[in-house]
Amino acid sequence: MSEATAAPAQSRANQKKELPEHFRDYKHVWVFIEQERGEVHPVSWELLGAGRKLADKLGVDLAGVVLGAPGEGTRKAVKEAFHYGADVAYLVEDPILTDYRNEPYSKALTQLVNTHKPEILLLGATTLGRDLAGSVATTLLTGLTADCTELAVDADGSLAATRPTFGGSLLCTIYTLNYRPQMATVRPRQMPMPARDEAKEGRIVEFKADLDEESIITKILKFIPDRESSKTNLAFADVVVAGGLGLQSAENFQLVRNLATTLGAEFGGSRPLVQKGWIGADRQIGQTGKTIRPKLYIAAGISGAIQHRVGVEGADMIVAINTDKNAPIFDFAHLGIVTDAIRLLPALTEAFRRRLSPHQRDRLAS
Amino acid sequence: MKILVCIKQVPDSAQIRVHPVTNTIMRQGVPTIINPYDLFSLEEALRLRDKFGGEVTVLTMGPPMAADSLRKALAIGADRAVLLTDRFFAGSDTLATTYALAQAIRKIQEVFGEQDIVFAGKQTIDGDTAQVGPGVAKRLELLQLTYVSKIENCEPEKREIIVERRAEGGVQILQTKLPCLITMLEGTNEIRRGTIDDSLRAARAEIVTWSAKDAGIADLTKCGLKGSPTIVKKVFAPTPRSDRAALIEPAKTAAESAEALIGAIFAKKASLESDMAKLASGS
Repeated sequence: MSEATAAPAQSRANQKKELPEHFRDYKHVWVFIEQERGEVHPVSWELLGAGRKLADKLGVDLAGVVLGAPGEGTRKAVKEAFHYGADVAYLVEDPILTDYRNEPYSKALTQLVNTHKPEILLLGATTLGRDLAGSVATTLLTGLTADCTELAVDADGSLAATRPTFGGSLLCTIYTLNYRPQMATVRPRQMPMPARDEAKEGRIVEFKADLDEESIITKILKFIPDRESSKTNLAFADVVVAGGLGLQSAENFQLVRNLATTLGAEFGGSRPLVQKGWIGADRQIGQTGKTIRPKLYIAAGISGAIQHRVGVEGADMIVAINTDKNAPIFDFAHLGIVTDAIRLLPALTEAFRRRLSPHQRDRLAS
Repeated sequence: MKILVCIKQVPDSAQIRVHPVTNTIMRQGVPTIINPYDLFSLEEALRLRDKFGGEVTVLTMGPPMAADSLRKALAIGADRAVLLTDRFFAGSDTLATTYALAQAIRKIQEVFGEQDIVFAGKQTIDGDTAQVGPGVAKRLELLQLTYVSKIENCEPEKREIIVERRAEGGVQILQTKLPCLITMLEGTNEIRRGTIDDSLRAARAEIVTWSAKDAGIADLTKCGLKGSPTIVKKVFAPTPRSDRAALIEPAKTAAESAEALIGAIFAKKASLESDMAKLASGS
């Protein structure tokens, strides 16, 4: 996507498409399998599902790319990649790759691409994936389409990557015609999870990257997992309850916290609440606050301005409570009720408390 | 310390309208602002300058009117502003943008001295790619620290910096060497308003304005549309969701309303799950 100025559509649609000679042996679809400390980010499996379709259309192999410390966790990620559809796994094992750092990861991935030449390279649009993809694409001097919501192969065999732009008010389809690989990052939970097939196996291609800890300047002093941190886990929470100005007072915000506690959820609020000092800045949800992606989002007394919308529209289910039936939030919420949140929230908390056995609570967040 | 902050002038997303027929962004009359994410980086740069002395330079690439955003950054407290503007940059994608910015930063180092830290916004609110920071870092061979939630410690004499960085599932405490490129996470600091002195100075300040040639960019084939490997083939409005929110009829008592809403949440959840299962099985 054009950064300096939005390029007019069709501006180069008729550009002559002729792939330079040295790119013609770039084949196969690659998916970067994001794993940290033996845990694979689910977006990697979602990408293998999407990659399978692209590879089948192109009649090429689907490969998973696994970088990590030598050991069981990394090997397990390879096995799982096969179960989720990869035909081949490129495996780079090195103690330098134990924790994610930009320098060794971008070096290893760049070397791997230059050696084995994929046609398409997909990564998750996570903090890790975006950090890595930007460096690798710049080093390779190729195109990278960020945060895609849809991937397809067109009749000519080119990758057509569709992504939202201008805060989601428009979509654009982007091509990388004359450069390889064609790179894209895809948001988590954008693509369906493929079926897992325990019987599916594949071929492992081991790769020794030219890495040397001495030459890596950045050191990791510590990793603090969210579960051991007292900080808000808003961006990664499965259930979020938030309040807006419709709550009318800082005291009433307690109603949001009560519901959140009952649901085992995180709580947050819209920007004006931060400005009024009802909540801290780390609880702000929206464009300049946190972008959240919960399975269930309950918005109480929030009108739903565009800045709020872009922060929450990745939620699987948005439930809105607002007295104004014309509030924009009802345009993008899935469920709504036109009523006063101050009255409804205590009743909702009570009703959930009565109805939610621990099992059902898990179901809400599953 | 010498610190550089890359900022971008963007249309205020709250005011954006899409033309109903042509599906293009209607820019006329839409006010522009400094990309909000850039302000968290600018504030962090100003804090480091206040602590260690030195100067903060802001750089932007854009049309001549982007000088307004630079002036705003001066009014917040930046010391110097550089505008990179040339028709050759029109239509640049992220790769072409990082080339031009990196060349301009080299020129800034030549004219105004080595920069200890380069800051950039985490992403912009119009392009949203989050690629310009990492791209500029790679072009300049700077160490990159993205999604930084806190600068834990900085020792300019030892050329050392320790930051807290948001990772998936936790935070990393990273130690690295200066010079480096940092993008700050949103909501990590409170952006200052700037003093009256700053405002007065900003109003009179000279904005250093460079063309591609002034910035020493010799290879124009790496700029603008020519230098952009990505091609925007199609821009279109998302299909509006046919359904607005399914509205639950409020009942006489709040308790009854609550029951109705919870029932609907579980029902909706069940139907979403069966949709997902169908999608996954390809039917």
